[in-house]
This record gives sequence, C-alpha cells and structure tokens, in this order.
Amino acid sequence: MQQAPLLEVKDLACERGDHRLFSGLNFALAPGELMQVQGANGSGKTTLLRTLCGFVQPVQGSVHWCGQDIGEWDDDFHAEMCYLGHLNAIKDELSALENLQMSAGLAGYTASDQQAVAALRRMGLQRREHLPVRVLSQGQRRRVALARLLIGDAHLWILDEPLTALDVGAVGLMQELIGEHLSKGGMTIFTTHQPLQVAGVQTRLLVLS
Amino acid sequence: MNRLSLFGLLGLVVRRDLLLAMRRRADVLTTLIFFVMVVSLFPLGVGPEPELLRKMASGVVWVAALLASMLSLPRMFSADHADGTLEQMMLAPQSLSVLVLGKIVAHWMLSGLPLALIAPVLGLQFDMPAQALWILVLALLLGTPVLSMIGAVGAALTLGLRGGGVLVSLLVLPLCIPVLIFGAGAVEAVSSGMSAVSNLSLLGAFMLFALVFTPFVAAQALRISME
Repeated sequence: MQQAPLLEVKDLACERGDHRLFSGLNFALAPGELMQVQGANGSGKTTLLRTLCGFVQPVQGSVHWCGQDIGEWDDDFHAEMCYLGHLNAIKDELSALENLQMSAGLAGYTASDQQAVAALRRMGLQRREHLPVRVLSQGQRRRVALARLLIGDAHLWILDEPLTALDVGAVGLMQELIGEHLSKGGMTIFTTHQPLQVAGVQTRLLVLS
Repeated sequence: MNRLSLFGLLGLVVRRDLLLAMRRRADVLTTLIFFVMVVSLFPLGVGPEPELLRKMASGVVWVAALLASMLSLPRMFSADHADGTLEQMMLAPQSLSVLVLGKIVAHWMLSGLPLALIAPVLGLQFDMPAQALWILVLALLLGTPVLSMIGAVGAALTLGLRGGGVLVSLLVLPLCIPVLIFGAGAVEAVSSGMSAVSNLSLLGAFMLFALVFTPFVAAQALRISME
C-alpha cells in the first residue's frame, strides 16, 4: 500500500560559503520508507540533513512536512522528528542514564528510570547505566546517543553517520531498530559509508554529486 | 510517555545545568574566589582609612561583582555547542527562548546568587553600616540577574568565535554600566541618609525589561551561530 508522502523536498539548493553544494534536489518520503543519502566527502550530505532539520536555510527551494513548509511549522515539527548528528550530545560528567533522561527531556518527554534503563539495555549497555559517560568507549557513547531513538514517538529519524564507531553487533541492532521503526509507519533518512540493509525494506538511494 | 510542559522543560534545563556544575565545582568556586580576592585587595592597596573605605565600599563590591560575573560567561553556551547539545536544544518542541531562560537562571544561581550572599561579609571589611549591607544584598539580588541576562546575549553572539572570551567582556561590560550606576547608587543613597527606593526600583525595572527581551534575543543569536 502506497501512502502519501509526509516529507517533501522541492527544488532544494544549498550553499556552504560561496560554494554551491547541490541544486534542484527533489524527493519525497512516505511512511515506511528508508532513504540513504550517498556522496563523496564534502558533497553536502550533512548540510542536506541539517537543512531538513531547519538549522540551515536553503538558498532556494523548500522542505515541506505534511504539505506545509517547515519554517511555518515552528516547534511542532520538531516534536515529529529525531535528529542524531555527528556529535553525540552527551555530557561526560553525567551517567548514561542521566544523559538519556536529559536528552529525552529536551525532546519534550519525561522518561522514567525503568524506560531509560530498558532503552540502554536494548542498546547493549547493561551494567553501564550509572557509570559516568567519561569512562565509556567511543562506541558505547554512540550507543548512549542512539538510545534516544528508543524513547519518544518521532515519525522521522534523521541520522547522520549513525554507525560511526559501532561494532558489528551494534550495526545489526541498528538495522533491527530501523526495521521496527519503519514497520510502525516511521521514516528514516540517513547517511553512512557502511552498508546498512534492513530486512524486507527497499533502501532508496539519493546520490549527491 | 509523558509530554513535558513549558515549565517542566524550564525546570529540566535549570536542574541539568546545576547538576553539571556540581560535577565540576571548580568553575563555580573560581567566580566566587575571584570576587572575594578582588574586593579584599582594595583595603590592602588603599590603606586602612575607615572614612575612605566606607566611601568606596559599594563601588568596589559592584565592580568586582561585574568582573566576576564576566568570568563564567564564555562557558555559558560553549560546552553545549561543542558536544552537540545545543543542536538538540534547538530541536526541542518548545520555544528556544525558554531553554535559554533556563540556562540564564542556572547561570545566575551559580554566579550571581553566591556573590550576593557573600557580599555582606566583604562589606564588613569596609566598615559598612548594617543598613547599607542589607541594601547592598538587595541591590545585588536585583542587579546580578540583569548581568546574567545581558551576558547571555553576548555569549550567544560570540559563540564559536576565536577569542570569544575577551570579546564577550568588551561587548557586555558597557551595557552593564546602568546596573553598576544604580546598584552602587542605592548603597550610596542609604549611606548618605536618603532613601534607596528610586535606585532599587530602576534596578527592578531593568530586570523586568531584560527578562522580556534578552532570552529571545539570545535565542536568535544562537540560531544564527548554528548555521
């Protein structure tokens, strides 16, 4: 069953400095769809994702959510999406549990201890919940950041290199999580240099050159 | 899954910043110790003349408070900027101004409030009368939030710039002059037997004015710096 697209990008053009990264970009994303943005270093993958979040204003064109420009959506659009950037947005001084509860709070939810611990366990961080993030490895920190996806009910996941520093097991787990998210009618747009296959879902490719 | 209200989010940001400060106490103590040191240096430098010290007490305390509150300003948003938390704050489904207000409140509780509370002890070094000490605390309680609020705008504007630390002081200090004048003026008025009401009212007015405008302006400045 083909559903109407929720996210639409129309004739988008972005610049970084005076350099035109891409122009005339059109695509639409419907519930249950998975899109991978591909391109060489510096081709504008991160800029595209940041434009979708509203951090960067496009030089030309527009991004629509449910038929309305995201600039007009204001803060309500943010409740519908979850962005994970290059930076993990976690604090070294706080424990994994505190970090997760704080980021859930910033996303507008209250996460109980049980919910947060369950999310961290799912991400393979058993017995690490109360350790300061400072003592965790890069991969484990990434897992703490990714645990944010499990809390909340955002429709649209925007993931910038989600697999950085993750081991094989965690990559498998991510494929599983994205699969679950899509089967619930979610959408995911991501960039990666590693292969990421979700069972039963055709990954759409968007190549920036 | 419960949704956070506007005040829930405000409380969360304040709690978070206080918790982070408790995990690295050195930052908080630096501001306080700097304030105590600067104020204590004056009697040593000027000499033990009670008349002179009493006269300059309020000015010295206020200038020291102003300088001390500049110390922690560059750190106000830089850590959140560096680790990506600021991006997530912008994606919060509530207004960014509320989050900025939360950070301002936390900043004041860590850098303004301790100064106001310790000021009477320092005032004693200058042989200030009891009534003047009370007014000094009151004036600092009204004035230091303005310093944090104006400082937040400066910190947001200089975010990510090289040498932003010095720049923020150059930007913010001139804007704080009215607070300095009326803050020190309140104590001066009481010492010379007049009422401090007019000075304190003006400080209160500054605070309300800053409360309405600065979180919004700082939020806009943060948005610009994220591009």
